[in-house]
Amino acid sequence: MTDYLFIFISTVLVNNFVLVKFLGLCPFMSVSNKLETAMGMGLATTFVITLSAMSSYLVNQYLLIPLNLAFLRIITLILIIAVVVQFTEMVVHKTSPLLYQALGIFLPLITTNCAVLGVALLNIQEQHQLLESTFYGFGAAVGFSLVLILFSAMRERLSTADVPLPFKGAPIVLVTAGLMSIAFMGFAGLIQ
Amino acid sequence: MTLLTTLELLGTLSLLLGLLLGYASVRFKVEGNPVVDQVNAILPQSQCGKCGYPGCRPYAEAVVSGEAEINLCSPGGESTLLALSSLLGRPIPKSQLSSPIEDNPPKVALIDESNCVGCTLCIQVCPVDAIVGAPKWLHTVITQECTGCELCPPVCPVTCIHMVNLPPSLSTWKWPFPSIKYNI
Repeated sequence: MTDYLFIFISTVLVNNFVLVKFLGLCPFMSVSNKLETAMGMGLATTFVITLSAMSSYLVNQYLLIPLNLAFLRIITLILIIAVVVQFTEMVVHKTSPLLYQALGIFLPLITTNCAVLGVALLNIQEQHQLLESTFYGFGAAVGFSLVLILFSAMRERLSTADVPLPFKGAPIVLVTAGLMSIAFMGFAGLIQ
Repeated sequence: MTLLTTLELLGTLSLLLGLLLGYASVRFKVEGNPVVDQVNAILPQSQCGKCGYPGCRPYAEAVVSGEAEINLCSPGGESTLLALSSLLGRPIPKSQLSSPIEDNPPKVALIDESNCVGCTLCIQVCPVDAIVGAPKWLHTVITQECTGCELCPPVCPVTCIHMVNLPPSLSTWKWPFPSIKYNI
């Protein structure tokens, strides 16, 4: 059990996918304007990453390796991720049309979120078992959502702040992201 | 041999996942646009057409598709504007000061009862049943019900209906908007 806890903590804080591994920066920058949208995006991405981490492990373990087709890994994983994202999009459209409208193009673009493919590939590379893969995916997704929500809360405060003219717009956002990344480096010694 | 397995694997996998998605698209089918319904529920349903659209539902559709601003509904007033703004997450338009709502403070119809001939024409056009009266008896407006949609003055044959400003009362008065400029 402690193993799973370690995996979870280390993916959420120590090896955070956005701020330490620099994966999934596109939604991190573009959907963090509003706190509510960021929460919705975090939830949708969590669902997608966890489900795709699990199913990509199954496909890799029980289809690709027995059939000796490991070179087809990336195209198969992309296929699975695309289906999971499409499924999520339908569910969100049905259950929360306002969130669907707010997320707009970024919902189908979860397919190309490199964190999703990154989780699936890293799982295979580190030879995780099914439960470990699931926890790794869930931890990565929680870390992504946590950072996204924290960042969007900061950006909401920034939007009313008196920012010097040269820093207005994108520059202050990038500076904030950089400072957050430095702050997350403080977690580096948490787990040996 | 590898080629055949590859084709079989990818083909079967795509077929299965495609079937799954097909089932999901039937299971999670969305009828119409539910956001329009939510916007429509906020609008006052007086169907007065002051926003420039033929009724509340067409206006709701225009708001959702983004072709209309959210501040055109004057019978709804400020409460409708704020509700739409928080529902859709759209900012209150910058041109708020020149918007129809601010230019036109809330008005109500008032019937000059000494001239009313009791023709019931105004009762028939009132979308919210705010005018009471009977044939050949004088009519009057229930001020609390009137939305100020201005549909009744044109039909009055003796032009005895006028729109008057609603003076702020203890329950309707509010603090004026602050004039501090934020740098957003």
